Amino acid sequence: MTELDGLLASREMLLVAGSGGVGKTTVAAALGIAAVQRHSARVLVVTVDPARRLASALGLEEFGNEPVPIPGAAFEEAGLAVRGELHAAMLDTKAGWDALIERHAPDAEVREAVLDNPLYQNITGRFVHSHDYLAMEQLHDLHAAGEYDLVIVDTPPSRNAISILDAPGRMADFFGSRLLRWLTVPYRSRLFSVASRPFQQVADRILGSRFLQDIADFFILFQTMESGFVKRAREVEAMLVDPRTAFVVVTTLETAPSHEAEYLAAALERRGMPLGAVIANRVLPPEIASPEAADSAARLASEAHGELAERVADRLAETVDGAGDVPGSELVGNVLADLSRRFDDIAVVAAREGDRRSDLEAVSPGVVTVPWMRGDIHDLAGLAELASHLRDHPDGAESRR
Amino acid sequence: MTTLLDLDLVWVTGKGGVGKTTVAAALAELASGAGLRTLVCEMDAKGALARAFDVQELVFEPTEVLPRLEAMTMNTEDALREYLRLFVRVPLLGRIGPLASTFDFVADAAPGVKEILAVGKLCYEVREQRYDLVVVDAEASGHIVSQIGAAKVIGDLVHVGLVRDQTEWMLDILEDPQRTGVVVATTPEEMPVTESIELLRRLRAETGAHPAAVVANRVLPVLFDRRQQPVADRLPEALDLLGEAAGASVATVLEAAELNEARRRTGAGHLDRLRHELSADGLGDLPMITVPELFVRSHGPRVVTLVAEALSAELDVEVAG
Repeated sequence: MTELDGLLASREMLLVAGSGGVGKTTVAAALGIAAVQRHSARVLVVTVDPARRLASALGLEEFGNEPVPIPGAAFEEAGLAVRGELHAAMLDTKAGWDALIERHAPDAEVREAVLDNPLYQNITGRFVHSHDYLAMEQLHDLHAAGEYDLVIVDTPPSRNAISILDAPGRMADFFGSRLLRWLTVPYRSRLFSVASRPFQQVADRILGSRFLQDIADFFILFQTMESGFVKRAREVEAMLVDPRTAFVVVTTLETAPSHEAEYLAAALERRGMPLGAVIANRVLPPEIASPEAADSAARLASEAHGELAERVADRLAETVDGAGDVPGSELVGNVLADLSRRFDDIAVVAAREGDRRSDLEAVSPGVVTVPWMRGDIHDLAGLAELASHLRDHPDGAESRR
Repeated sequence: MTTLLDLDLVWVTGKGGVGKTTVAAALAELASGAGLRTLVCEMDAKGALARAFDVQELVFEPTEVLPRLEAMTMNTEDALREYLRLFVRVPLLGRIGPLASTFDFVADAAPGVKEILAVGKLCYEVREQRYDLVVVDAEASGHIVSQIGAAKVIGDLVHVGLVRDQTEWMLDILEDPQRTGVVVATTPEEMPVTESIELLRRLRAETGAHPAAVVANRVLPVLFDRRQQPVADRLPEALDLLGEAAGASVATVLEAAELNEARRRTGAGHLDRLRHELSADGLGDLPMITVPELFVRSHGPRVVTLVAEALSAELDVEVAG
């Protein structure tokens, strides 16, 4: 049993994290498929990426905030036997904010005032890493509702993957901050406060008092929602360190993403958040970096223009069907020489990947490797192929902890 | 036609992971090599630009990393200090220190304020003409629109005040296609290409900034020409002969070539889609610059230089040295 099999069997929540462009969304979807292939469980995959092709890969037209099931017929069509039910949803952070305001607003008046505030849209889009917080908050909702045995989350592409982990704490801190107190002191009394006067002068000259007033109005409203927000943020924070949760860090074996993965793994450790597995995606076959392959390439180059080219040309002439061109031995020799030369280039990349993999192994033993696929993944069968690599780790790493 | 190096301000953006910083650093290196006084600025303070030039740490104050090339990293608080010093002659300047950090809090919360300070600093450098070219290693595609569009947002939200007054000359620079251009970096992969198409649409819809080029980074080379490829495809039929001559691992050599070709074809398909969508969006004339995948051991300055060489060939720039 691989490490991931263990996680899929025992955890209630898997947070798939990593830097941008490493295939997080696809890996999250493939984990979902792996889970329902193995277990008769209700599994939800939540993504933040509005990648329509992922939706169609899952056999869906599109999906939104409300989870939708992947029809069993779609799995049958793809020739996949599944035991569980797979659902998918896409986080819509704007709709998420509206829902939060509706939940935490003490009354209808505050709710309408916030939703109508001219700054609301801009602020929800920007402040305190609201997308990160929203993702965590919505995840908590889904988990708390208890409708799913396992929720797999494709985390938002964070500029810094760590910020998502700290988002709930930051949200709670925000309500206790000097900033919010300052912003919500009624505007008039601030004018007369000696302490804030120089700041006020500067801020007025730069931003204009009207803008400051708009900001203050918004935060005064916002403060009425403090208790609800803080309580929730603490709950979300607790969820992240819960033993029923695990993080799955996805990376490629390129320099920048794998360094970020190492950094992320260390940050999880420091925060007491459970690192379940590290997945290295789009990896070249490691044997490309082997001395045997280098030796074969070298021998191919030295034999390219001799007898070998003639024999290969003869062989290809034998098997050529009908009126196809018969390649001459010179052409064959050129192909063999080029093949050998270009192999060295690819071997350099494979060797570099091997180094990065060793670095990652030092952080998390049993890195799960997913090879480069020949093309893009655009259907359930493709996702299932990826899933097979997640399940059948060739190294057969033991489950840790 | 205006080429990239004729501009005053170039934003380099794209989906995370496509090599934005490398492209920005290479463009800056190329410009300085061609004799332009160049500033390159990292916006997200991740330290990638310092690594690209193999220097310890970059700060707000520009430091020389190569002849004629200075590099800096954006910091909103420093930008605010400079702004206050230059534009707001407040009598209590000495007391601004602790207030600046409070202001940073406000800037965090208030829409567009951080962005306008950052963009303002860049536009200021353009206006002062201490550099011939300012290259920005900008935020990933998700954030760039709000950054470039900040001047407009502020214009809508702030009705009076110095910031509002400042937005006008900034917009003059940002919206002039002879002065400012956006370079969208991508790799020949599905999501980066899709994001590039969407980003170019949003830039047009939500900002007045003009796209200057698309850089297709890490494009895999064609291993075999038209005559060779069919032969290469059929080599497995002679695997036994090849194995006798070169050892059993020759299968791995064939596999590597086949994998490379499969990836190259998939990538070429995505770049075709990009070209098709761009011309459908009326951007058919937008230059597409190709940077090949580099099969090198290292990262950092050597890669930047190799990418700069690839850019120089594509942009037809003579490097003075």
